[in-house]
Amino acid sequence: MQRQVALIKQSLFDQGYLDEQFVELEELQDDANPNFVEEVSTLYFKDSARLINSIDQALKRGSFDFNRLDSYMHQFKGSSTSIGASKVKTECTMFREYCRVGNAEG
Amino acid sequence: MNPSDARGVLRSAGGSSSGKNQGGESVVEMSPSGLRVLVVDDDPTCLMLFERMLRTCLYQVTKCNRAELALSLLRKNKHGFDIVISDVHMPDMDGFKLLEHVGLEMDLPVIMMSADDSKSVVLKGVTHGAVDYLIKPVRMEALKNIWQHVVRKRRTEWNVPTHSGSVEETGERQQQQQREGVSEDGGDDNSSSVNEGNNNWRSSGSSRKRKEEEGEEQGDDDASNLKKPRVVWSVELHQQFVAAVNQLGVEKAVPKKILELMNVPGLTRENVASHLQKYRIYLRRLGGVSQHQGNLNNSFMTGQDASFGSLSPLNGFDLQALSQLPAQSLAQLQAAGLGRPTMVSKSGLPGSSIVDERSIFSFKTQPQMNLLHGVPTGMEPRQLPIGNRMTIQQQIAAVRAGHSLQNSGMRMPLAAQQQQPFPRPQSSIRQTLLPNRVVSERSGFSGRSSIPESSRVLPTSYTNLATQQHSLAFSNFQQELPVSSFPLASAPGLSVRKPLVSSSSYQEEVNSSEAGFTSLSYDMFSSKQNDWDLRSVLSPHQEAYPSSSMSRNNNTAVAATDHTRNHQQQTPQGMVSHHQVYGNGGSSSMKVKSETMAFHEQYSNQEDLMSALLKQEGIGPVDTEFDFDAYSLDDIPV
Repeated sequence: MQRQVALIKQSLFDQGYLDEQFVELEELQDDANPNFVEEVSTLYFKDSARLINSIDQALKRGSFDFNRLDSYMHQFKGSSTSIGASKVKTECTMFREYCRVGNAEG
Repeated sequence: MNPSDARGVLRSAGGSSSGKNQGGESVVEMSPSGLRVLVVDDDPTCLMLFERMLRTCLYQVTKCNRAELALSLLRKNKHGFDIVISDVHMPDMDGFKLLEHVGLEMDLPVIMMSADDSKSVVLKGVTHGAVDYLIKPVRMEALKNIWQHVVRKRRTEWNVPTHSGSVEETGERQQQQQREGVSEDGGDDNSSSVNEGNNNWRSSGSSRKRKEEEGEEQGDDDASNLKKPRVVWSVELHQQFVAAVNQLGVEKAVPKKILELMNVPGLTRENVASHLQKYRIYLRRLGGVSQHQGNLNNSFMTGQDASFGSLSPLNGFDLQALSQLPAQSLAQLQAAGLGRPTMVSKSGLPGSSIVDERSIFSFKTQPQMNLLHGVPTGMEPRQLPIGNRMTIQQQIAAVRAGHSLQNSGMRMPLAAQQQQPFPRPQSSIRQTLLPNRVVSERSGFSGRSSIPESSRVLPTSYTNLATQQHSLAFSNFQQELPVSSFPLASAPGLSVRKPLVSSSSYQEEVNSSEAGFTSLSYDMFSSKQNDWDLRSVLSPHQEAYPSSSMSRNNNTAVAATDHTRNHQQQTPQGMVSHHQVYGNGGSSSMKVKSETMAFHEQYSNQEDLMSALLKQEGIGPVDTEFDFDAYSLDDIPV
């Protein structure tokens, strides 16, 4: 079971979903705080779900408020970076780039 | 070291490392545990992460996801924290504004952090006085080193007392500090290790604040031990300082002379030196702030923040000074009433010429005391040696009172004059809040805190004024600005103040009129700022204010630093003019030249403000003379 978990984790790393930051996160976990990583991840998911929701709503609207989207993205990017979700972070950066140039299609 | 020791050491001296080994240097490598950190970030994930990391470093962590909450926490517990880490982008308050507040009010080292690593933002952090800037994701190594900032700040405090104390120890400490300072701070490219250089070369850095009440704590006895209490630059002390500086001239003010002028027992030259440094930075920052005009409320603060960042200590000083003066000057002002001429004549000080101009301006457009804005009449009382300055200030103050002290944010005296019930929401702002701060505070206030009332209370009112000013400016040219402006104005000599005030008032005005004022580049025209402040304060006076200030500003820009001040004051039509007068007078001492640049910027904003003001007032934009080089403030050395 643990092996499976390790495998999955490794694949995540390989695919670039996670990066060194996650390792740091893991290092923070210790006996005194055994569930640290889990807590942070949960928090992250909850927070980003909320964020994604608002982004989604913003996108649904006819006109795109790029500024707002940009700030959402920035927030999302910040969170992702903190926990090491590098791919998400990259996507966020791209998204922001699109926002910056006003590319609604992107 | 055991945590308690470290803590104690850190608290008192902030140098566990230095404390540890007076003779040795080894302590540096250990990151002091027990450091009390306050983390502010709207992102819960980050917050949690940070808390965990800091705990691992053996720091004491308090987390907070709202800036307002953080500020109130800090205020409630003045010495409860050693360092603050704040995110840049926050929904409820701009990180930089918070930075300025903290710097001004509590003079704690603040570290900024963000996922944003663009150079402009980092630069902003630097100019606002952040001791460091971390890029997310933040690494443990970076956090392990944050204690160096605390130590550094404390070190400068120690430096002062070291005079009397054992020099060797200080030297050692310094060496240690330097060593510590040198250690890299995380490896973030963007980390701005500004302080390292600053602190090392000057004790001024955080400057020891001496608490007047405490008297000379540092004394000789503390020279060696780490427990030196920080020198607290109370409002009165700061006012004295500003008065002295104005008297000597900002450019020429040297700590020794300032010290002599101030004649405060127990104050050492180092204290003054560091304070002066901060003050200068503050002034410079004000000059360059003009860009923030953004939303008046915030922008005002922001602008100031930027300048405040570094100047925050100064701001506090100004406030203090201003508050002190206001009380006194108010009385005088009232007596002086609109006696512009008096001011003019009195301005024997370098700015006298400017003052005249200013007074003229102010009176021209608005006989209101707006002048007071610029001229912290209240502040001046102390500075009587400045004589002229005071007179003007008083006049201004008087004028202000007549008008609507609203702008008196700067000057307390004005506030007094203003009798108007400025809603000084922020009386708590603390006098230490320099007008700039006030301004920012003000934004929060939005209500005009009745600055005038407190004018007597100067210290308090000062704060309020400052705050009020902000709010005033922001919400509407609240007359409260005078408060903020006053602080600046209060010391005709206090060129320093003025800039602050003006900027604050300016900002406030801006906010009210248009969010563009914040850019009162203080540097340039401290007086200008005053004008601005006046303006903002004068919101009621706006009519006179905008035009006067505008014209003034323009004029000032042209005029020499001193003159600029005067002009500036004049610009703010009623109130503003005062500032200018003040500003001119004060600015002369201040580095007007450099400020001029900043000032220009301000003017541009001011212009807008003025227009806005004028419109409000119904006066037509007087002179958007702002076009004077002020606009070129952009290049203000930020």
